[in-house]
Amino acid sequence: MSKLVSSLKEAIIAAGLKDHMTISFHHHLRNGDYVLNMVLAKAAEMGIRDLNVNASSLFDVHEPVIGHIKNQVVTGLEVNYMGQKVGRAISEGILEKPVIFRSHGGRAGDMENGSAKVDIAFIAAPCADNMGNMSGKYGPSACGSLGYAFSDAMYADKVVVITDYLVPYPLQDCSIPEGYVDYVVCVDKIGDASRIVSGTTRITRDPVGLRIAWLASQVVKHSGYLKDGFSFQTGAGGASLAVAKYVEEMMEKEKITGSFCMGGITGYLVSMMEKGYFETILDVQCFDLSAVASIRENKRHREISASRYASPAAKSSAVDSLDVVILGATQADTDFHVNVHTDSNGNIMGGSGGHSDTAQGAKLSIVAAPLIRARLPLIADKVLCRSTPGETIDVIVTQRGIAVNPRNQELRETLVRAGLPVKDIQELKKIAEDMAGVPKEVACKGRTVAKVLYRDGTLLDTIQAKS
Amino acid sequence: MMRRTMLFLPGNAPNMLINGDVLGADSIIFDLEDAVAPDEKDAARILVRNTLKYQKPTACETIIRINPLDTQEWRADLEEVIPCRPDLIMPAKAGCGQDIKVVADYMAQIEEQAGIQVGSTGILPLVETVLGVEKAFEIASAHRRVAGLFLGGEDLTADLHCKRTKEGQEIFYARSRIVCAARACGLDAYDTPFTDVEDMQGLVKDSQLARSLGFSGKAVISPRHVETVNAVFSPAPEEIQYARDVVEAIEEGKRQGKGAVSLRGKMIDAPIVKRAMQILDMERQMMGGDFQ
Amino acid sequence: MEIRKNAAAGTLESSDIFICVEPYDQLSVQIQSVVQEQYMEAIHHTVFQVLEEFGVKSGKIRVNDRGALDCVIRARMETAIRRGGSR
Repeated sequence: MSKLVSSLKEAIIAAGLKDHMTISFHHHLRNGDYVLNMVLAKAAEMGIRDLNVNASSLFDVHEPVIGHIKNQVVTGLEVNYMGQKVGRAISEGILEKPVIFRSHGGRAGDMENGSAKVDIAFIAAPCADNMGNMSGKYGPSACGSLGYAFSDAMYADKVVVITDYLVPYPLQDCSIPEGYVDYVVCVDKIGDASRIVSGTTRITRDPVGLRIAWLASQVVKHSGYLKDGFSFQTGAGGASLAVAKYVEEMMEKEKITGSFCMGGITGYLVSMMEKGYFETILDVQCFDLSAVASIRENKRHREISASRYASPAAKSSAVDSLDVVILGATQADTDFHVNVHTDSNGNIMGGSGGHSDTAQGAKLSIVAAPLIRARLPLIADKVLCRSTPGETIDVIVTQRGIAVNPRNQELRETLVRAGLPVKDIQELKKIAEDMAGVPKEVACKGRTVAKVLYRDGTLLDTIQAKS
Repeated sequence: MMRRTMLFLPGNAPNMLINGDVLGADSIIFDLEDAVAPDEKDAARILVRNTLKYQKPTACETIIRINPLDTQEWRADLEEVIPCRPDLIMPAKAGCGQDIKVVADYMAQIEEQAGIQVGSTGILPLVETVLGVEKAFEIASAHRRVAGLFLGGEDLTADLHCKRTKEGQEIFYARSRIVCAARACGLDAYDTPFTDVEDMQGLVKDSQLARSLGFSGKAVISPRHVETVNAVFSPAPEEIQYARDVVEAIEEGKRQGKGAVSLRGKMIDAPIVKRAMQILDMERQMMGGDFQ
Repeated sequence: MEIRKNAAAGTLESSDIFICVEPYDQLSVQIQSVVQEQYMEAIHHTVFQVLEEFGVKSGKIRVNDRGALDCVIRARMETAIRRGGSR
């Protein structure tokens, strides 16, 4: 028996791709991914129409999707995140059916409980053998963790593995085993290595970003969670990394050893683990080269699936054991709701990713963002899109003050006692508006172009077209 | 006024000017001199003036570094900013008492025209020439607007015909001279910035040296240096405790009608009391000012 | 003031604004901004207010705003007018 087929077309035929089916993709190759475009181009060429595409994320590299939507090859999209280019087209209304947005945990959960059904999963694998054992740790397109692809492999009816680095059976250190795989195809290249992971991720040098990070680290310090066993997630952006740096300095000073860290994994978190500040890294996604090297070589750097990371359908997931998460926001409102789906004009340019998962799971969720970005105040009366419910956000940190959710009065008092610049959220809003002027309300009055599902599958908000 | 850190901000960068007050420095220096290209001097002084006029930082002191007296620019600098009442003007390359008088007179003229109180803005001379160092006392005592002396090490070493080093042997004399001259007039002295942005250990050493020589604070050219320099120039918790104990012992002595008071087996004399008061005063300012 | 020669002020960096002025027989003002949905009216108001303050009645004024605060817009407008104008 062999699962190896000679071309992508053959794989598509063998897997039985037909009109109206749902196909899925993961986004570990990020902005360097060739696979999604490759499969859709082939399907279009074969005359297949009306596909529903469930991709864990779409990046700007996936711009050709717009053409496939216009040609009716793609008529449905389900994603956890969508970059600016495709997002803008969706906001302009090119897709009739509203896009379904989920969180990373929600996507895994909905596949587990059957509400997100996948007919064929096309899994880009940086390394695979002829029976479909696969890994992201090896090969010219190595991306490290394959965390988001596990659910696709486990729950799709048919699974096609697409690799550019075929190794002799058996691939010893495999992430997803052959038992889930129907077909394997080897292509020239699955991605552009330089866009899959960054060379190095650097801590921001922007003084305001550093100030925000420092204040966020002070919130962590005084929250009471910074002690042995501490668990922590922060983003890979320069300012989030700066929080990690300040937290590391405190851990060093107080001789604290944390239990685990998560998030988009970067070299900075790897070095924190190697220096002994964390026992282990739970890695659902790598962001830079040193993270990829570490997950390959370091036993304490563990690959986890999206389900293990954050699935609400699982009996438990790692976010439930998380102490502190540092989150971003394009917009927040006076009820602490956070928008990470649209820009301030209402155009789609993002998505939850793990935002709402970790905010709900973590004991302390901190949003760290500049109070004003290019004149636009962070805090509005009402966010344009509710990506993460305010009741799961504890603190919003800006360079001009820290707002604590009134639901967490005790924390507020603690931070005030520590001498931190705690302000009412209305006051923060006013400071920004005094500096920038009150922004005119942006109207999005068109039809619904996207539905944002909360991690448990309930409808959180809808996104309207501009007109 | 506590000035542990004085942060230089380029005068023509809107984002920095508007956010300068949240970076933790006790004072911010809007720089119209070296940080501004010659053909942007006009743009910078208008931008700085508008920042003062419409978005004046309330949490920290504002200082404007104006162009040197041998340029055409300094008068225009003053004309724009003085009506907006910055806390201090920092004249670059102050060389003698007369320089300060010239600046002060022109400031008074502008203040009068603008209908604001004459003397609203002080002067913090930037001493960065050999002549300025030799005339430091004259500069410090030249005018009641003078609020302290600030040593600039980079230009000074060029003037001295020597190389600027991290160890700073070459400016040791100038540092001590500036401190003496300022203190002799009852003023504070502020040290030249440490220019290697990456070398945090070097920064700590250089700041500690400055503090040990009697400087009250230090200029910084990078926001990332603020925290470190603030820490070096802040009294340590033990110092604060000791100062409290001194004051308490003195008060107890007074209540008991004692002439001489001792603490931990050591006589407390007037200089010790004075130093204790200074430290407690700084502590009060730190509590009030750090986060506001 | 009258715009007598071409001049520019500001930059295209975030939070700044770039302004070009040139002589023209009537007043023509073009404004584009990254925050036009939220602040176009405010920017428009400020630009015309500064023109009026300096008595500029003619000229081609092009404004490319990158999210500058009002005080920055005023400063850059004033700089451009003073650079390009004469009494």
